Amino acid sequence: MTAPPSAPAPTRPPIRLGDALFGGLVRASAIFVVVLLIAVAAIFIKTAWPSITRFGLNFLVSSDWDSTKVPDNCLDAQGNALTTAGCEPGAYGGLPYVIGTVITSIVSLALATPLAVGAAIFISEYAPPRLGDIISFVVEMLVAIPSVVYGLWALAFVVPLLGDTGGVENFLANTIGQVPVIGALFSNPLTNKDYFAASIILTIMILPTILAISREVVRQVPQLQKAGMIALGATKWEAIRLAVLPYARAGITGGAMLGLARALGETLAVTMTIGNNPAINPDPSLFNSGITLASGIANRIGEANGLGFAAIIELGLLLLIVSTIINLLSRVLVSRTVRA
Amino acid sequence: MAQIAAPLSRQAVLAAELPRYSARRLTNNIASLILLALTVLSVLFLVLIVGFVLVRGISTIFPTVDGHLTFNTDYFTQSGAAPGQTNADGTPYAGGVLNGIIGTLEMLAFGAILAVPIGLGTAIYLSEYSVGQLGEIVRFVVNLLAGLPSVLVGLFIWALLIHGINGDGSGILGYSGLAGGLSLAIIIIPIVASSVESILMLVPSELREAGYALGLPKWRVILRIVLPTVGGGVATGILLSLARAAGETAPLILTVGGANQFVNTDLLQPMSAMTLQIYNYATSAFKTQQDQAWGNALVLVALIAMFSAAVRLITSRKQYDN
Repeated sequence: MTAPPSAPAPTRPPIRLGDALFGGLVRASAIFVVVLLIAVAAIFIKTAWPSITRFGLNFLVSSDWDSTKVPDNCLDAQGNALTTAGCEPGAYGGLPYVIGTVITSIVSLALATPLAVGAAIFISEYAPPRLGDIISFVVEMLVAIPSVVYGLWALAFVVPLLGDTGGVENFLANTIGQVPVIGALFSNPLTNKDYFAASIILTIMILPTILAISREVVRQVPQLQKAGMIALGATKWEAIRLAVLPYARAGITGGAMLGLARALGETLAVTMTIGNNPAINPDPSLFNSGITLASGIANRIGEANGLGFAAIIELGLLLLIVSTIINLLSRVLVSRTVRA
Repeated sequence: MAQIAAPLSRQAVLAAELPRYSARRLTNNIASLILLALTVLSVLFLVLIVGFVLVRGISTIFPTVDGHLTFNTDYFTQSGAAPGQTNADGTPYAGGVLNGIIGTLEMLAFGAILAVPIGLGTAIYLSEYSVGQLGEIVRFVVNLLAGLPSVLVGLFIWALLIHGINGDGSGILGYSGLAGGLSLAIIIIPIVASSVESILMLVPSELREAGYALGLPKWRVILRIVLPTVGGGVATGILLSLARAAGETAPLILTVGGANQFVNTDLLQPMSAMTLQIYNYATSAFKTQQDQAWGNALVLVALIAMFSAAVRLITSRKQYDN
């Protein structure tokens, strides 16, 4: 029985206090960021819970916003309100907010995408490179202009241009507005602050976002395919339509969705131009005033208590879920095309 | 094409060989014109908004009096005028936006003290430490936070601290600069993290390896080699993040509330902010207040443009060069 031969001590790098401390701090801040996001989601779900459990999916189809209304099944035979649990007065629904968000997002996306994609193609395929660089630099800066400044400009310029007598809305009502079916969207230009004004300002706000991404995507299209088509006798437009656009489609869609995410969450510029009317309009015209999820949150908080508080947070929760999904989708689509 | 000595021009060959060439060329020209028109229209919108801000903002800050360009000292040194307030000589008293400037600076400073170290730490983590799944998760979360509509950040602070999570108004804070500063902090963190990360990525790994070869521990390599190499870029990135946060309005409406008309430096009390002033004055009946809204817009846009240009200049180098 001999003592086992002593193995050479493994050479382990000495633990350095500085590294442990610095690395710990850096990791802690990264973890804090993760915890922060979880906290936001958790607080929203917790505070919206009374509204979620009480109204369920009805929240999405109801336009009530009434702190005194007693639920129908909480009346006794004489029509008096019961005071049992679950019968607290209050009826809330988010339909006008959802409708306003959907309308303004769709209209602004439909207007901004062709503008931005057209401009992106022109900048990268037609304009001299220097000019293209200058335009895209200016455009990128515009992404950072505060939304309240867009709102201020909209009130000074866009809203009067659209809504005043002899303005764009009157013109549209007198032309497209006379066409059957589609015309219903362009009737009754009576209010200045409406879905249309908010959609136009949103169009201008998301234009730089979509343009910047589209330009990046179009630039990544392999030049050989385009050059090949031109060499075979295709016109420039044919090369763009058949070689550039199909290749860039996923990335452009991603850019449009990033713009959509911005439009969904936009608050100030919309609050200042949409009229903040939380009602269901009797006709489908874009020239009605309305409200969106984001602008509703900014407008409603003054009058919140109990169930009303939970209902407002539920509006926020809806916005959180939708904008997160759109955001993720857009990132997947863009990163599939752009490898930067 | 010029190298090929062809007896016929390219158009002539195509016109001879391909039927419908003239129709296709017409389509091509129309498409080019449409693309040009779309570009002009896009740029026109953007020129219009910047033009409005420049013209109306400059006429507020540098008004023309009797044909001379002057400097509006009151704009920067006075706080809000009461409606109808007049000067000693009976002319309308315009006041200034000092209350908003102080409010914005103070909330921004408070938010930055909390957020910049965390954002910077996260950026260093992402660029220097992150490996595997945790790194992916952190990057993912930073992207999500950066994409969070800012009104939701305000709603979060409002629900958690001001209104109270029981929904009964039992929050620990009132509408205050403190709550506003906290919401700005949440907005600043992801912007700093992602902008600084992209700047740290510019540092070539040879520099880090040279440090390790000299036996420096990792934290010294980061603090003494990586950060100083792109120090200017990091500082500019942080300032741009702050300038963007200064332009936020929605979270302040939910956390600071009605803009205070007077200068207030107490973070526990309601404050004003430059963006809140724009929001409130945009619909004001008083021309002087509308002018001040445009003045604020100009100051904020100029700050953002300046830092954007600086960041662009630094990152366009793509690679650290000696």
